Amino acid sequence: MSQDQILNPKSLPNSPEKATLEGKNKFLGLWFFLGGETVLFASLFGSFVALRNSTAGGPSSEELFGLELVFLMTVMLLTSSLTSVYAMYHMKNHDFKKMQLWLGITGLLGIGFLGLEIYEFTHYITEYGFTFRSSAFGSAFYSLVGFHGGHVTFGIVWLIAIMVRNARRGLNLYNAPKFNTFSLYWHYIDVVWVFVFTVVYLMGKVG
Amino acid sequence: MSIAVSDKNSAVTQKRSIGAVLWDYLTTVDHMKVAHLYLFGGAFFFILGGIEAVIIRIQLLVPENDFVSAGFYNEIITMHGTTMIFLAAMPLLLGMMNAIMPLQIGARDVAFPFLNSLGVWLFILGGIMLNMSWFFGGAPDAGWTAYAPLSTTSPGHGVDFYAVGLQIAGAGTLMSGINFLVTIINMRAPGMTYMRMPLFTWTTFITSILILFAFPALTVGLFLLMFDRMFGSAFFDVALGGNTIIWQHLFWIFGHPEVYILILPVFGLFSEIFSTFSKKRLFGYTSMVFATMLIAFLGFMVWAHHMFTVGMGPIANTIFSVATMAIAIPTGIKIFNWLATMWGGNVKINSAMLWALGFIPSFTIGGMTGIMVATVAADYQYHDTYFVIAHFHYTIVGGTVMGIFAGLHYWWPKIFGRVLNETLGKITFWTFFIGFHMTFFIQHFLGLMGMPRRYWVFLENQGLDTGNFISSLGALFMSIGVIVFIYNAIYVWLKGEKAAADPWDGRTLEWTTASPPEHYNWKQTPLIRGLDCLWIEKTEGNGKMTPAEPLKDIHMPNNTIIPFIMTLGFFISGFGFIYQTENKLWYIALFGGMAIALLAMLVRSLQDDVGHYITKEELKGEAK
Ligand code: HEM
Ligand SMILES: [Cu+2]
Repeated sequence: MSQDQILNPKSLPNSPEKATLEGKNKFLGLWFFLGGETVLFASLFGSFVALRNSTAGGPSSEELFGLELVFLMTVMLLTSSLTSVYAMYHMKNHDFKKMQLWLGITGLLGIGFLGLEIYEFTHYITEYGFTFRSSAFGSAFYSLVGFHGGHVTFGIVWLIAIMVRNARRGLNLYNAPKFNTFSLYWHYIDVVWVFVFTVVYLMGKVG
Repeated sequence: MSIAVSDKNSAVTQKRSIGAVLWDYLTTVDHMKVAHLYLFGGAFFFILGGIEAVIIRIQLLVPENDFVSAGFYNEIITMHGTTMIFLAAMPLLLGMMNAIMPLQIGARDVAFPFLNSLGVWLFILGGIMLNMSWFFGGAPDAGWTAYAPLSTTSPGHGVDFYAVGLQIAGAGTLMSGINFLVTIINMRAPGMTYMRMPLFTWTTFITSILILFAFPALTVGLFLLMFDRMFGSAFFDVALGGNTIIWQHLFWIFGHPEVYILILPVFGLFSEIFSTFSKKRLFGYTSMVFATMLIAFLGFMVWAHHMFTVGMGPIANTIFSVATMAIAIPTGIKIFNWLATMWGGNVKINSAMLWALGFIPSFTIGGMTGIMVATVAADYQYHDTYFVIAHFHYTIVGGTVMGIFAGLHYWWPKIFGRVLNETLGKITFWTFFIGFHMTFFIQHFLGLMGMPRRYWVFLENQGLDTGNFISSLGALFMSIGVIVFIYNAIYVWLKGEKAAADPWDGRTLEWTTASPPEHYNWKQTPLIRGLDCLWIEKTEGNGKMTPAEPLKDIHMPNNTIIPFIMTLGFFISGFGFIYQTENKLWYIALFGGMAIALLAMLVRSLQDDVGHYITKEELKGEAK
């Protein structure tokens, strides 16, 4: 039996994303990768917490942050997590069209989030002169939130790439793990945002 | 869909052109060939770091020497430490893990062959990047620890090369870690339960966990350093509210686990050597596994013992001190288990075993001085003196480097298809072993007498002259040992006979493959029936493994050049990062390089690469 036949069986199994060894490996590998990412973000959070009051005379977090905008961003990102769950649900039911649809919505929400974040950053820079270089707080803020934003950007590019690549040929055992790893990654980025929201914005406003 | 039956020997036997061999290595995804690349790369940097060490010892041969200038001395010590840790010791270990671990669990390759190749290229080009600094205005000079603000204010681009080079090499290491973890969890042969895995596989597994959770802290630290130096941020700039201690924390949150990344794999391979050459099962296998886990766990709890003198306060210092000392307990368990393995065994002393025997007293001394420096009040005296230099060289040279030599002597037949010459092996051991103790034992006393580390000269008649002289002499002996080893390697390659599959009457699975193995390792995956699985078959009179599957087509990954191109992209981009501070045109290199890397990633993601098959018929055709 050729590899082609193995990857494109007449009927897909229940969990197409974990039906092959490659799929299982990808799944586990991504989990470990996320473990490493946790340390990465933990280190950034640690640095941020140590520096969040080091404003060097510049604006402080109370003065800068507006919770309305950030709240909207949070809602968008968390919803996108939910929509990616729908997508995976349809993947398990082998409904490729619906999966693509929900993935598309996921991507759009991500782009919306990113747009708001860019707006937020330009607002701070132009209105308050609060930049990456103006204080240690500024460096820590833009690094932490920017690293998260970078992850979102990477996720969106990744998503577009696999959606376009597989648009015509539908689901098989070769690409199912790719969609699945993407969705895991995306959930993870959302979870990190919950911490960003709490530690950076809520604590910045209250503490 | 061609089947590359390119056995590792064909380079010699069939006289393939150099270009073909080169292309083969540039595109390989085979775990054994990737291992070769790690070993060659690691050996190259080991020699480089060794030359740097010799320069240090020549400078300190006599008081107030002016063999090198003060500034150059700083560059030399920085590059020596950085090279030895990141570009010599770790890659040599990763090379052995790559070569042997899949063979020990009965896998045909690692879980992510593509990432494996990417990892080794990131290491090699990262290392080259770091060393490029020599040719572009000076190497980094802030010590391998690169403490801020020394590192943030160091003029020139040296420290930039440090940050970018390590960032690239470190990413490669992280990938290997993930790769090994998934391989061990998902790809063990039937019957190879966790508690039947050889100790080297176990320590590879636990080391990989350490890599996974330690390296990202370094990644962040290096990013912050890069941001401060290249993009004007203020993490470590006290004038703008920055805090230099953050660097120390991030560095040591990575750095202490890193020293266990260096030592645990050799704990594993020593266990195998003791057991093989004592003809006995490893004493206390289970306790060995759990001691390894405990060491790894505690290894994450003790980073601040490098910062006792920073002023963290007595409570923090005490906690970290006690946690540090606790590590001596599982380590002690291991030492006693090794001794008990030999006890009453049929001990055969050859070169590999000599290294293992030399390791025990050497490393034990390192552990004892470890307890001494972990004692806070006393560490105020030891810190930043030659005492600490002596301590960590007893652990890293007496442990890791001796372990690497032991492993190389033990597995050379499996990796390169030749048995190393015994006489030369023994000469290597004795010159190196004597040289090592000459160099470093005396440094304990130099340190206690107050000789600080990282100073380029010492004064006459302060009781330091003789000690330094002896120490430098020892370095000469160590160099001779290394040269003899290299001679040995070349000698057996040209003159040696092809090694047998099982030259040591081994106990574990790697000895059931040819030496070196076919690129698919086994025609039929073996069935594992217990710990020391080959030994079980031997004692039951089979002498070989029972296959776990009928002879069938073997699925193998395809070679690819993409990892190399991707790495090249990061490499070019690295130069862009470093030089954009001088001229904005360098942004072209920065973004251009990134684009190359990302495009390569995209191609990888979008191109279907499902591997190829070696058919049953072909397997049968290869008469064995
Ligand atoms: C019982 C085990 C060990 C203990 C208690 C211990 C403790 C310590 C302490 C407290 C220091 C800091 C000393 C100072 O700067 O004042 C230190 C330094 C160091 N140790 Fe260990 N250690 C142990 C094992 C190891 C091992 C296994 C390795 C490596 C394989 C290692 C490598 C190092 C290195 C590289 C440094 C110096 C870092 C630097 O400042 O450049 N240690 N150790
Ligand atoms: Cu330590």
